[in-house]
Amino acid sequence: MISFSQVCKRYRGGHEALKNLSFTVEQGEMAFITGPTGAGKSTLLKLVAAIEKPTSGSVVVSGQNVGKLRRSAVPFLRRNLGLIFQDHKLLYDRSVLENVLLPLHIAGFPRAESLKRARAALDKVKLLGLEKANPISLSGGEQQRLCVARAIVSRPAIVLADEPTGNLDAGYAGEIMEMFKSFNQVGVTLLIATHDEQMIARYGGKTLHLNHGELHP
Amino acid sequence: MNWLAQHRLALGLVIGRLARTPFSSLLAMLVIGVALSLPLSLYTLVGNIKAVAGSAKLEPQITLFLTPGASADSVRQIESQLKKLNTVGQFRFIPRDRALRELLQDTGLTDVAAGLDRNPLPDAFIIEPQSADPGELESLRDALLELPKVDNVLLDTVWAKRLNAMVSFGRDVVLILAGLLGFALLVITGNTVRLQILSQRDEIEISTLIGATDAFIRRPFLYHGLLQGLGGGLAAWLIVSLGLQLLNASIGDLAKLYAAQFLLQPIDPKDILSLLAFSSALGWFGAFLAVGRHLRKIEVKP
Repeated sequence: MISFSQVCKRYRGGHEALKNLSFTVEQGEMAFITGPTGAGKSTLLKLVAAIEKPTSGSVVVSGQNVGKLRRSAVPFLRRNLGLIFQDHKLLYDRSVLENVLLPLHIAGFPRAESLKRARAALDKVKLLGLEKANPISLSGGEQQRLCVARAIVSRPAIVLADEPTGNLDAGYAGEIMEMFKSFNQVGVTLLIATHDEQMIARYGGKTLHLNHGELHP
Repeated sequence: MNWLAQHRLALGLVIGRLARTPFSSLLAMLVIGVALSLPLSLYTLVGNIKAVAGSAKLEPQITLFLTPGASADSVRQIESQLKKLNTVGQFRFIPRDRALRELLQDTGLTDVAAGLDRNPLPDAFIIEPQSADPGELESLRDALLELPKVDNVLLDTVWAKRLNAMVSFGRDVVLILAGLLGFALLVITGNTVRLQILSQRDEIEISTLIGATDAFIRRPFLYHGLLQGLGGGLAAWLIVSLGLQLLNASIGDLAKLYAAQFLLQPIDPKDILSLLAFSSALGWFGAFLAVGRHLRKIEVKP
């Protein structure tokens, strides 16, 4: 599903974020990337979503060599990915519901179908009662759940999460993780970057330890 | 979803945005309207002058005035001379009584005529020459001046030609102005769209991250430019129409003093359509240029 082979990423200015990285995440797996800040976790996720291109090596996602994609093909790759960000990246000029509708508008779903799907996604993250609220009025945990709802609303095969529980207390973090587990049970592949070793210990699964851009077994 | 729904979505989004900031949206349209109203009003004025000039005869005409008090004999003599000249095409005699009557009719100066104790006009011939060549016209005029009892010979195409030249000069001025102010429209639209892009930075960034194509991102801004251009065109139409109304009120009064009927014609509906098409297309193009320049600058930084 996601396969890196001998991937190097060097940023302009010479900083080498990833060094000769090779690994595979199979379909339906829930995998964690861990390591200290600056180890290259975010860079790895950016390579999967074609936000950055590898300096060398190949990144293959669902059979596509992501590093070699034409600019015009990138949006269609991203529609099959659900992205969850630590800072949520919500739009505060519209309601909770409109935030969840955005990926469906972009993918071109009809309005009625979009509404149905958006409400279903909000229901999954237990925000259905707040659909008319502005995201700014939500708590940190609720904002993160809204971000999750937006990521899964177009039913992607792969969900990428960058420190999804980074700013949350243990209770909220647990809620988010339970949601991820339930997505995984219906076949979604998850790649979660986190430095929360306890969480990994609890949920298990494949774990990639990154340190200074290198994989440690 | 089909492309039509996509476009409706973008259009709805833009109309919503415009409605949320009605003051600045209207102001931008008004600025464009003022810029466009200058060439539009000139164009309308030139059109009006052209309509007047068009009703004047542009075929060369020679008017031959007899000395005051020329006898009927000398009129007949000149008539027979004119028939002999083969450079003369058709001609007609206008006796001085009829000339006065027509003058009074055309100008409405009946009161003035009542004050005259005698007819001040001479008898005249109106001659249509065979050729419009300026050289031949000159020599014909010289020949006519040789005839007895001829006081003056006027070649009266000159004013019409001058007017024509003025009109085409006016049209060139309109074209140049329209070009310059069209450029101004591009710059204005480009700038408002640039501000829009900056204020929508988050939305653009997030949309790109969740799979929006360039076309999807660009579309609302293009509609914004198009609508703003259209609004500007409508504003220009309104401004010039109001201006014409105001001018017509005073022109009407002025013409009444001369007992004449003259009003500036309103803008031709066809011209209004071209104006709206022109301003919308320029607005779209301005947005297109701005979007192309500024979207590349927004680096995706998740």
